[in-house]
Amino acid sequence: MSQGERMIPCSDAVRQLWEYLDQALSPEDQAKVEQHLAFCRRCCGELEFAKELQAFLRSHEVEEIPPHVRERLERFVQNL
Amino acid sequence: MAEELRTVEPASKEAFESLAREHIPRLYSAARRLTDEGAEDLVQECLLRAYRSFDTLADAEAGGAWLQAILVNAFRDRLRKESRTVKEVAVEEVDDFSLYRTIAEEDPFPYSDSLHVDFLRAFGKEDVRAVLMRLPDIYRAPLVLRYMQGFATKEIARLLDAPLGTILARLHRGRKLFERELWAYASETDLLEKEVAP
Repeated sequence: MSQGERMIPCSDAVRQLWEYLDQALSPEDQAKVEQHLAFCRRCCGELEFAKELQAFLRSHEVEEIPPHVRERLERFVQNL
Repeated sequence: MAEELRTVEPASKEAFESLAREHIPRLYSAARRLTDEGAEDLVQECLLRAYRSFDTLADAEAGGAWLQAILVNAFRDRLRKESRTVKEVAVEEVDDFSLYRTIAEEDPFPYSDSLHVDFLRAFGKEDVRAVLMRLPDIYRAPLVLRYMQGFATKEIARLLDAPLGTILARLHRGRKLFERELWAYASETDLLEKEVAP
């Protein structure tokens, strides 16, 4: 990014944080968010929270299957 | 249907049973996050489809991912069958909401020095599922597949048979809706009160 280019506002940076973490932005937009984060402490807080939220979703991926449901599904497979 | 089922060799049947048994818990977890009702039916549909096409599975190591993909296909077909029309949420409607800012401003746990983490810790697995179910299917599915099941966005677009741009837009709205509904759910239930209590 050239020095003369203006920094993006917080609203733009925050809107793109998950895409930034997923590296789903164009290299140019990725660099703009990075440049903003280098200067903005509040948005760094938003970034850390976005990471927490992603980890939160991952941590709730698996739930215990009730034994009777597992048993029914295993029987279903056996009877195929 | 019976004709198709009879074509599976006994050795293959055994291999299929072993693969299915190993992955039933994960398939059920995924189904419970994709759909509000009928998770068990969805897993059965997935297992039936998988059984019928078991001979197309070239790499046994990829069996888990193969089953997950079949589950998503079954889910997509179910949505089509129900042909529910869901209104797309305007991006402006959700973009202004920031859960991070809301938690900081509302300060639900005044004595906490890790406010945001404590907020998330207040949610149990059933709470998270309840929040996910408040999202329309078209937003919940990409969110669950990307951030809980670990699918790449291109793969999600292929599985849900939608353009990549549509999936990216729905992921964006889905994330914002999820944040908004986390806060709404916590405010409507006694989730925050429980945490504040000494």
